[in-house]
Parts: sequence; structure tokens; C-alpha cells
Amino acid sequence: MPSFALDGQEIVFKPGQTILEASIAAGHYIPHLCWHPKLSPHGSCKLCTVQVNGRLCSACTFPAADGQEVISASEELRQLRLRLTQMLFVEGNHFCPSCEASGQCELQAMGYYLGMTDGHFPHFFPRREIDASHPEVLLDRDRCIFCELCVRASRAEGKNVFELAGRGIHTRLVVNSPSGRLGDSALQAQDLAARVCPVGAIVLKETAFRVPIGRRRYDHKTIAEVSLEQEAPLVRAHWQEANHE
Amino acid sequence: MSEEVRQAVAEAVGRYGKERSAVLAVLRALQKRFGYLPMHALDEVAKALELPLAQVQGVAEFYSFLAMRPQGQYRVFFSTCIVDEFKGRAALQERLCARLGVPPGQTRADGRVSVNEAACTGLCDQGPSLLVNGWPIARLTPESIDAIACFIDQGVPLEEWPREWFAVQDSFRVRGLQLNAPWRSGAALKRALRHGPEFLLRELEVSGLRGRGGAGFPTAAKWRYCREAQGERCVVCNADEGEPGTFKDRELLKHCADQVFEGMTLAAWATGAQKGFLYLRGEYEFLWPHLEQVLRGRRRRGLLGRNLCGLAGFHFDIAVVVGAGAYICGEESALLNSIEGRRGTPRNRPPYPVTHGLCGQPTVVNNVETFFSAALIALHGGAWFAQAGTAKSRGTRLFSISGDCAWPGIYELPWGISVQEALELCGADDALGVQVGGPSGAFVGPRDFHRRLAFEDLPTGGSFMVFSRQRKLLDIVENFSAFFAHESCGFCTPCRVGTQLQLKLVRKLRRGWGTLGDLQELERLGQVLEASHCGLGHTAAHPVRTTLAAYPEVYQAALREIDFSPGFDLDAELETARQLTGRFADHLAQE
Repeated sequence: MPSFALDGQEIVFKPGQTILEASIAAGHYIPHLCWHPKLSPHGSCKLCTVQVNGRLCSACTFPAADGQEVISASEELRQLRLRLTQMLFVEGNHFCPSCEASGQCELQAMGYYLGMTDGHFPHFFPRREIDASHPEVLLDRDRCIFCELCVRASRAEGKNVFELAGRGIHTRLVVNSPSGRLGDSALQAQDLAARVCPVGAIVLKETAFRVPIGRRRYDHKTIAEVSLEQEAPLVRAHWQEANHE
Repeated sequence: MSEEVRQAVAEAVGRYGKERSAVLAVLRALQKRFGYLPMHALDEVAKALELPLAQVQGVAEFYSFLAMRPQGQYRVFFSTCIVDEFKGRAALQERLCARLGVPPGQTRADGRVSVNEAACTGLCDQGPSLLVNGWPIARLTPESIDAIACFIDQGVPLEEWPREWFAVQDSFRVRGLQLNAPWRSGAALKRALRHGPEFLLRELEVSGLRGRGGAGFPTAAKWRYCREAQGERCVVCNADEGEPGTFKDRELLKHCADQVFEGMTLAAWATGAQKGFLYLRGEYEFLWPHLEQVLRGRRRRGLLGRNLCGLAGFHFDIAVVVGAGAYICGEESALLNSIEGRRGTPRNRPPYPVTHGLCGQPTVVNNVETFFSAALIALHGGAWFAQAGTAKSRGTRLFSISGDCAWPGIYELPWGISVQEALELCGADDALGVQVGGPSGAFVGPRDFHRRLAFEDLPTGGSFMVFSRQRKLLDIVENFSAFFAHESCGFCTPCRVGTQLQLKLVRKLRRGWGTLGDLQELERLGQVLEASHCGLGHTAAHPVRTTLAAYPEVYQAALREIDFSPGFDLDAELETARQLTGRFADHLAQE
């Protein structure tokens, strides 16, 4: 079986797997925000940046290869990931104490995981639109981090409800309906696209605080622990299925 | 209006097709017709092309030249290339805005005109310049601005403006091996056909030709990889010459389009491709009719089309695809996305275009100049080309020289020439420094003028911007930082946010509010940018890094003598309130 070294530990992988898939399947967490085991990888958040044979690469899109030397756990990369997380915080409007996603939010959990104590950079305070037109789903663009998980999920579901528009810092999430409003789109609360948001940008209405603070996903576990508990089995199952086909 | 929109969409779709790849051309046509892209027009496009509306919107909002709000009947874009800035762009633009009574970035109430800014429009050898409805006007003066204002005010149709205003001067200053070589249309192709693809690839190997876009990948190897890959192969010419200070492709397409198309046809012959595309930057739209004319001529002579040159089974043709104002589309995978009708964001690599390019098929993407050189090599031989240049940078190349020099223009020079020699040739004797390779390249100060322009030392896509000692270094750095912030596609976190943060810090320094802490922060930001998705982000910190290396004292002199000062600008924050209340003196200015 081919293998690569992740921070000195041998990771056996299946041909076709990315570095991130192979690592997580093997029980080694690499930070990530825009990656989801059920969706095609994207490589935009750059949290999963690792050094492969000395070069910076996105672990979620870079194919694993026999004999690679991969470094993920260095202080240098922790610093990089911390800065990237802070960038995501300051470019949007993230007010954790009043956000219903607090405790369930991957961005917030990532901040804790990386030891983030401040925003470091000046805040951008962008003006972004909130869309409450959908009876079951709220779209709060203030909290969007442009990971495109909802875009990819909705594409996979054949509905194409979400897309990115604009360019650069003016990039924004748009909704596929003539009015541009979520309420006029084909989105339904049970869609993966409505549930995959890693932050509080797309939230289900009437569910806020149903899980009380103190019992939320990241209240007692780190994002690494949750990822290995929940995502690793999905990756393993996916590749087992792929092998049987 | 909605009936008119429906009809216009139907017309455009009739012309450009119903494929997804037609979306940019259709949107450009509607932009031209209506001056902007209203949502209901996007909806019509989405229906006609059977695409989700949001995807059409995503494409429409990506490009600078497509507008979602009404623009003027005359749409003016001033080039903000640093070379044009130093020649007085801001004052000329202010003058035009004042004459016309329109604030920059807005549309006049009567819908007559809007005045905007654009990244380098590729005319910096004869700037300052502007584009009006896609047509370039170079060598602007206060007098020509006044005349333009008059014509716009009176609503004179563009066709009736004096032709000479739109003249783009020829600017080959030095002709060398390639520009002096004899050329007969079709001769290179016939020679290659006589000897077979393997012979052509060997000639290219002997020539040592490396990609002229800047990265310098060996051309023969690229063609060979594509030849060996399985699928419906494709040849794409990257004419999205967006690096500020570069304008060689403009002249090559004007004068040597036949060589460029022949180079593409040779690539098709070597790889077995049947489809070719030339992706022309939106700023060069004025070259489009000429390119179509050259293509028609080649088809007529049997040099394009079916059974090319009488060879049964050799089918190849070329279509011109026009961009709409996005530097990032010069990145090859972003360019392919743009041709496919997607947002022009770069793709993940691997896989590379040579195996998974246009529509996932093996694709050769080369620069205009690379195809030009390949055609000449096919005709005159690899050894002929390799006689010039250095060991790892064979041949000559076209340098776009602009800025503070006596003779700006295109110089065909052998690789390996020193910065100093180039400066002497173009008549620049008081240079503060040279930006080699555009903003993504390096700032080279006098200490390094002995360095050589070559892949071994200073690699470059050909941009060579000269700055005299009168210029302020931090003005240059700010302009480049603003360029990257504006052109970042927004796909990845480090570049989308990092280029903005970098711009803020550079502006702070330039205002004289910077501290040592800010300099350190800039350096750290450069490290974060290295984690970006593509070359734009990787190089976005170069302006700061290379000027800091060449002129640390300039930065030191701009710093305050404390470690930290806030980035918060009290005056800027109060500006809206002051405008609203009309009370400007109530608060002390921040100092």
C-alpha cells in the first residue's frame, strides 16, 4: 500500500485520495473549513494548507502520493491558519455572543482550536444584506465566509440555489431566483444546502437555542475531535464504497 | 423594454450559440446594447442558455466592463497604470469629470456619460490613455480632454469623431532576430507538414523556446505532453495581456497576427488538436475586427479549416473570445474557465491544462509571443533562434518598455541583456529603479542594474517600467497594491482579504502614519499571501518586498518613531457626518 509521512507518521492511503482525506480517514486531523466529506473539494479557505515536500499546498485538493513528506503540525502553519481565521473574522461581521450559531460554528471553533484571542487585523465592517424571506431558512450574509459549501451542496442536489457573484472583496452569495430572494428559490429546509453552512450564514428558523449553550457541538469538544468523530467515518465509508464499485 | 431585451437576447444567442460558453459573448452584446445588464436581461439569458440565473449573475458580476447599473451612453475608462498615473491621469480625469459635470464612478443624470477607472489598458508607451466605448484614445492632453468633453456633451456619435484620435502608434523601437526575419504566410506550416510533427517538436526543443507569459515552461515539452494525453485536444492563445506595463501583444496582434495564428496551427498539427481559441483581453477589443480579417484570409488560403493545406484529416480552426476586464483571466486555468462561460477563478492544480484543460480536455495554452516565436522557429529552425540569448533563456524576446525614458516602446532584445543596457537603449539616465515583470515581478534599484533579464536572473513577461528619481517609491507601491486588491478574484481567503489588508497598510505608510510594527506586519502578510490559490496571490506582496529590499531607507524615513499607531482614521470616519451636517471644523483633525 502506498503511504506518505504526515508530521513524521506514516499514513497509508488509497490511490485517488487527497492528503486531507487520507489523513482524516487515518485519524489525523488537518484543520479545514470549506471541505466536507460528502462534497467535491474546493481549496478556497486555505486552512488546510500543509507543506508537501517543502511546498505549500491545500491538503483538501492535493493528491496523496507515495513517499510524500507532509508537514501540518508546525508552529509556522499554526500561525498561518490563525491569520487566515482572523481574516475570515474581520472581513465579515461576526458577533459571536449574539449569534445563534455560537457553539455550533466551525469558524468560532477554529478560532478556539488555534488559540485565537483577538481579530488582529482591523475590521472591515462590510454592509451585507440579510434575507429572511424564506419561511424556514434565514440567510445572514454578514456571517458568510465564501466557502461555497452551500453552492456545491445545492449543485449536487440539482437545485443550484446558491452561487457566488461579484469579485475580490466584493464577492457575495447570491440566490437563484428572479427576485434574488431565498423565499422565491427552490431551497427546502431538509436540503443539504440549507444545513451544510459551517458558520451562521444559513440557519434554520425556529431552531435557535433549542440546543442550549453548554450542550452545543463545540462546547466540550474541539473542532479536531468533532471532525475525527463525525467526518472520518464518512470518508472511510466513501472510499470503501468506491473500492467495491 | 422587456420585449426589446428578449429580442436582443435572442439575437445574441442566435449569433453566439446556446452553449454555456456563449454566456460572456452574449452578456457583452447586451452590455453594449443597453449600457448595463438589468436583472430581467440576465433572466432572459439564463432561460435562453438553460443556465441557473444565479450562475449568469455570477459571471456578469465578475468582470469590470460588465455593469449591473445603468452606465453612460459614452462609457469612459481611464487607465490607472502607474506609468499613466505619473503622466497625470488623475488631473486629466478630474478635468473631464468637471467639464462634463459627472463625478467619477457615477452616471450623469441624463445618462449621457460615465467616467470610470480601469487597470492598465496596455497603452502605457503612449499614455495617459482612456477607452471610450471600447475604443482607445492615447496621448491625452488637457486640450484633447476638452475636445472629448465637447463631443460627448454634444452627443456626437463615436464614428464621427476624428479617426486620428483613436490611432494607436506603432511602437517597435528595436527589431532583432525575429522581427527582422522574413515571413511568408503558410511557409512555416508547409515546412512542418513536409517533415512531420516529430521534426517540429525537435526544432522547438533545439530552439530552447520557453513560454513568454512569464513562467517560462519549455514550449516543446508542453506540446509534447498534450500530444501524449488522450482526448479532444485544444489550442488556446492567451492574449489577455493584463500585466501592467505590457503591450507587446497589442503590437504583435496588430502587425504579426498571421504568425501568431500560424503558431497556433503548428501547435494543432503537433498535438492533433482541431479547435483553437484566442482569448483577447477586453481592453484590446479594438483589435478584434483586424484579427477576424486575418483569420478569414487564412481560411481563404486553406491555412485554416478542413483538410488544411490539402492534408486529408487535418482540421483546425480558431475562434476569438473577447474578455471583459479581469486581470486574473490571464492565469491560464482562469482563462479556460472564462472561455467555458464560468467565473474566471483559477482552478486547482494538479491536474494541469495540458491534460485537463478546456472542458477537461488536453489543452496547450501559450502566450501570443510564444506562438509568434514558434512559427518563426518552424520556418527558420531551432538553431537560428537559439543563437541568441543565454544558456537557459534562448532567443530574443519583446520587452515592453515604458515610463520615464526618452523612447518608450517595444524592444526586441536577446535574453541576458542587463537592466543597465536596456536603460541606455531606451534613453533613461536618471532611474530611481525599474519594475521588471510588472507589479508581480520585482522592483530593481541601481544597485542591481547589472542584473540580467533572463530566467536565470530576472525572469519577466516583458514589462519594463522605468521610474525616474522624481518619483516617490511609495506611490508606486500603493498603486501596485491597489491593483492586486482590485484584481483579486476573491476565491481564496489569503488573497481576497490579504490584498485588502496590504493596501490599507501601504496607504497608512504613505500617509506618514506607519510604524515599525506596520512594516513587520506587512512582511508577515506577505507570508500569508504565499498560501494563496494562484500566482496573483503569490506575487501580490512582491511590490512591498522588492522595494523594501532595494530602498529600506525610504520606508524607514516614512515611519513614525513609535512602535504602534492606530490604523483608525478619525477624519475618514467623520467624513460622512461632516458632509451631512456641513460642519467641518468642529472636530480637530487627527494628528
